Amino acid sequence: MSLTAEATTPTLRKTALNPVHRQMGAKMVDFGGWDMPVEYRGSASRSGGLIAEHLAVRTAVGVFDVSHMGDIHLRGPQALAAVQHISMNDAARLATGQAHYSALLYPQGTFVDDVIVHKLADNDYLLVINAGTREKDVNWVRDNVRGFDVRGEDCGDDYTQLAIQGPRAQNLLAKLTDADLAAIKNYWFTHGTVCGLKDVLIARTGYTGEDGFEIYVPPDEATSARVWNEVLEAGREFGILPCGLGARNTLRLESKMALYGHEISESITVWEAGLDRFCKMEKGDFIGRAALEKQKQQGITRTLVGLETIERGIARDGYKVWDEAGREVGYVTSGSYAPFLKKNIALAYVPPPLAAIDTPLQVEIRSQGVKAKVVPTPFYKRQKK
Amino acid sequence: MAYPTNYKYTKEHEWISVTDTTGTIGITDYAQQSLGDIVFVELPKPGAELKAAARFGTVESVKAVSELYAPVSGTVTEVNPELASSPEKINADAHSAWMLKVTLKDPAELKGLLSAQDYEKYVAEEGGH
Repeated sequence: MSLTAEATTPTLRKTALNPVHRQMGAKMVDFGGWDMPVEYRGSASRSGGLIAEHLAVRTAVGVFDVSHMGDIHLRGPQALAAVQHISMNDAARLATGQAHYSALLYPQGTFVDDVIVHKLADNDYLLVINAGTREKDVNWVRDNVRGFDVRGEDCGDDYTQLAIQGPRAQNLLAKLTDADLAAIKNYWFTHGTVCGLKDVLIARTGYTGEDGFEIYVPPDEATSARVWNEVLEAGREFGILPCGLGARNTLRLESKMALYGHEISESITVWEAGLDRFCKMEKGDFIGRAALEKQKQQGITRTLVGLETIERGIARDGYKVWDEAGREVGYVTSGSYAPFLKKNIALAYVPPPLAAIDTPLQVEIRSQGVKAKVVPTPFYKRQKK
Repeated sequence: MAYPTNYKYTKEHEWISVTDTTGTIGITDYAQQSLGDIVFVELPKPGAELKAAARFGTVESVKAVSELYAPVSGTVTEVNPELASSPEKINADAHSAWMLKVTLKDPAELKGLLSAQDYEKYVAEEGGH
């Protein structure tokens, strides 16, 4: 059988925790130019691997190094106006301490990137962006806020960012901080002392579909390693596992969260991706609005649906989707075995007439049509307490 | 990891254990470690013809699809029924979790395969983990 090579080239970027991941025996992979852990190996004392990590997040708690992600800080007298111009969600609705999911769009109404916008203070915003699009996003933002009285800063290298995710995430983090975590609602944030470090951004955000927090600590190796290890230690009683990008992907897929380059890209529009609720056309003009208005009139020719294979077979990224008669009608954007649901699931673009729940379709797997059906999404939704 | 010395190995990480003209085939511990959690195995049915070095099936982890290559030519006589529902058995013990039994067409083909010692050396060079 063929196995992909594990060697990574020396030109890859590394997060501050890279030595820690390697020392823990993580399997490393090139993700968007970054040398990142895809999964950790288990040992006699600790289970490991993608499935164990995924289940730990769904049932207990897991911790991810997501420092490869980027950050853009926008502040100045016209920061709000600048954000409103480049971001499709309505930043005027954010209170200080609140964040929301949004996207930066091209004039065609397609995606530069998706983003979490945090309102730090009046006219003071932090945009957290994807690792693979950092440079592109920074350049895009710089070019498009030129007309506004605002200062933009690329501060992606200013933080080690950890995501602590799972039903026990709050129990864990409460041991390491003085902040009142129970008071932070979903998609809100605060600043507090974490592991003795003052003024750490603590956000109730994440990319797993579980409750959890993302903390932004100083990026030096020693501090980063100390915080990582304190998180693992604090989480020991809950069964914490360190988690890699493999589990990160299966978790977000089960929760139907978009991944840039898959469900969203520079050739896919907001309506096609089904992200209407994050796009506030009524707020006023923003880049991409006109094109989206036009597409709303014309209608879309493809829409994102959830699929489940009902015969043996795993639908994967890029596989073709056929109708029952075997005609090619679309393609899979993301597909995988789902470790918690124990099913083979996928997201795919298909024509709107084939988007109804239970529509029978096929996925082409190694030249064969494997039966699948349209299912509701998200595939997994956590129980609200 | 101790690779059974009575097995022979391919550079594609399959193993074969031979008794008379019956070969039992699986994938190595190195392969299962590299793949991670195995969730799906696709194998031919009894009666299928294998051709040495040709693809005969697929093993999938959560993250990756990997082709399986036949160590020898022959006719499939048995397929391990457990692997359809419990592919993780390969992760648990790759050298016991057999995939297929075949009747060898040409036992001379075995000479071209690696011994346990040669395979171990080979993965040490290729691997680095």
